Amino acid sequence: MAQYTKGIAGIWTEENLILKAAYKTREAGFTKFEAISAYPIHGMEEACGIKRSWLPYVTFVTGCVGLLAGLWLTWWTSAVDWAVNVGGKPFFSLPAFIPIMFELTILFAALSTVAALFYACKIPRIDPPNIDPDLSSHKFAIFIPYNDTGYDETKIERMFKELGASEVKKTEF
Amino acid sequence: MMKRNPLVLGNKTLKDVSDDICAPVERFPSKGWMGMFLGAKTLLLFYIAILAGVVGVGIGLLGVNSPVFWGTMIVTFVFWIGIGHAGTLISAVLFLFRQKWRTSVARTAEAMTVFAVMTAGIFPLLHTGRPWLDYWLFPYPNQRGPLWVNFRSPLLWDVFAVSTYATVSMVFWYIGLVPDFATIKDRAKNKLRRTIYGALSLGWRGTARNWSHYEMLYLILAGLSTPLVLSVHTIVSFDFAVSNLPGWHTTIFPPYFVAGAIFSGFAMVVTLMTLVRIGFPEFKNYVTLDHMEVMNKIIMTTGMLVGYAYASEFFIAWYSGNQYERFVFVNRAFGPYGWAYWTMVSCNVLIPQLFWFKKLRRSIPVMFVVSIFVNIGMWFERFVITVTSLHRDFLPSSWGMYAWSWFDTGVLVGSFGMFLTLFLLYLRLFPAISIAEIKPVLNVGYDDKGGHH
Repeated sequence: MAQYTKGIAGIWTEENLILKAAYKTREAGFTKFEAISAYPIHGMEEACGIKRSWLPYVTFVTGCVGLLAGLWLTWWTSAVDWAVNVGGKPFFSLPAFIPIMFELTILFAALSTVAALFYACKIPRIDPPNIDPDLSSHKFAIFIPYNDTGYDETKIERMFKELGASEVKKTEF
Repeated sequence: MMKRNPLVLGNKTLKDVSDDICAPVERFPSKGWMGMFLGAKTLLLFYIAILAGVVGVGIGLLGVNSPVFWGTMIVTFVFWIGIGHAGTLISAVLFLFRQKWRTSVARTAEAMTVFAVMTAGIFPLLHTGRPWLDYWLFPYPNQRGPLWVNFRSPLLWDVFAVSTYATVSMVFWYIGLVPDFATIKDRAKNKLRRTIYGALSLGWRGTARNWSHYEMLYLILAGLSTPLVLSVHTIVSFDFAVSNLPGWHTTIFPPYFVAGAIFSGFAMVVTLMTLVRIGFPEFKNYVTLDHMEVMNKIIMTTGMLVGYAYASEFFIAWYSGNQYERFVFVNRAFGPYGWAYWTMVSCNVLIPQLFWFKKLRRSIPVMFVVSIFVNIGMWFERFVITVTSLHRDFLPSSWGMYAWSWFDTGVLVGSFGMFLTLFLLYLRLFPAISIAEIKPVLNVGYDDKGGHH
């Protein structure tokens, strides 16, 4: 499929080398590069210049929506649409509705944040190209797409080798 | 300075971790696993037959009768929901407290949560007596008015609490599994395995940007699950506490139920983990004796919290001056169900005291036996609360006993068949320790020289 971009990738076998390589790649002026690892590496966000994730805003807003949805549901069904007298309690028995409001807050916030992750990471994705199968186990990679500023294959290859890459290859990601 | 023990033994490299944890998924199952699976599956088939009888003939096959209208189904529901709570506690609460030791056991504990909630969920649905009408529990526009559900009832709060808990736990568990599915996919030798695990991994590729969002999501889900798990057993306790029945109508119930849930859940984690360590010896380097010891300490602590709750209930029954309340509690300990009460106290309060001794809390056979006793004790706790409060009604002419039938036994024993079948399948098909979470904590406890690099 055509949505994947061509570029060049370097592969490392040590965590500290990839972290350094990510710093250097960013210093060299590249902005669209991706650092790939099997687990979240401490300090990688700073190295790549990644801003704090925006997911908490989604959680907050959808949590509020869930809370209001719970309030509306319990109020409208119990006090408006068909009010039934249960043991002489008020039609709008707010304290009794709090558990429902609470659960819907959590439910809305949790599911929406997961949906936001799917959007942010562009998953699910069917059979995306894989630079190296060991990247999900014990190797690390940096991928620079061809359309990044200052893209020059020979220069990048030399830079990756100098930074300790065990392998450099032209690929698609 | 205090020296930290390593979380993972054996100087593992990153590749060793992937190899070790994926091994049970990639090799042919052992004879031991096959034997246990056949046993569990047979028990599950027996359970299905029992439940078919209960649905086909009616709830009267169980011992529920006037005045004991809540019996095995409710008791076992609360038991299994409680088991589930330790999984969320380990995966979410300990995550928020930055307890890195949780990493090795979190995945399996969460799996236990999901399966325990699934097992529990069946009971209230069948206990309605007409399970084919269970969709009435949800507020949906209907042709009866529309007549809405009663949002003032704790039983309805429970519907929302348990279904939200089941959904969020499953999502939390699955999100944790996604990067590990990608690992298994990339290691796959044949196309079918590659396709299935590839689909499960959602095309996860582990870029730094994705990890950044992923870690944030994990933190948020942990933050949401923490109040959720406390709310679930609080609301389960409301099923009892909001009624006006002496023995149920007490304000101590929410914290008492939550402590009991964590207590029983950790016992089940210990039971399962001792077996997993025997069945998959390569996991011994990841789930070490240190891990088991920490969990045993939690069992002893929560056991004493539960014991305090028992004592406090008794004190308040006397101090309140309410003679109905006092009668219920004296009857609980010295009435016809006194044997159940003392089973509960011995299993939950006395036996875990063994863990004061370091030697005992680090002994696998001892902790296995203690955890089984705790499980028995916690089932009896719910039996004592439910049945003894009901069997002596306000009018002595309405007094009765719970008419335990062999269908009650079948329902209780059979539910383990369902749980164990799911759990054994999980051990074979999913990576039972979080690969992506173990790798960052590999060097905890190693100094620069003894490092694994």
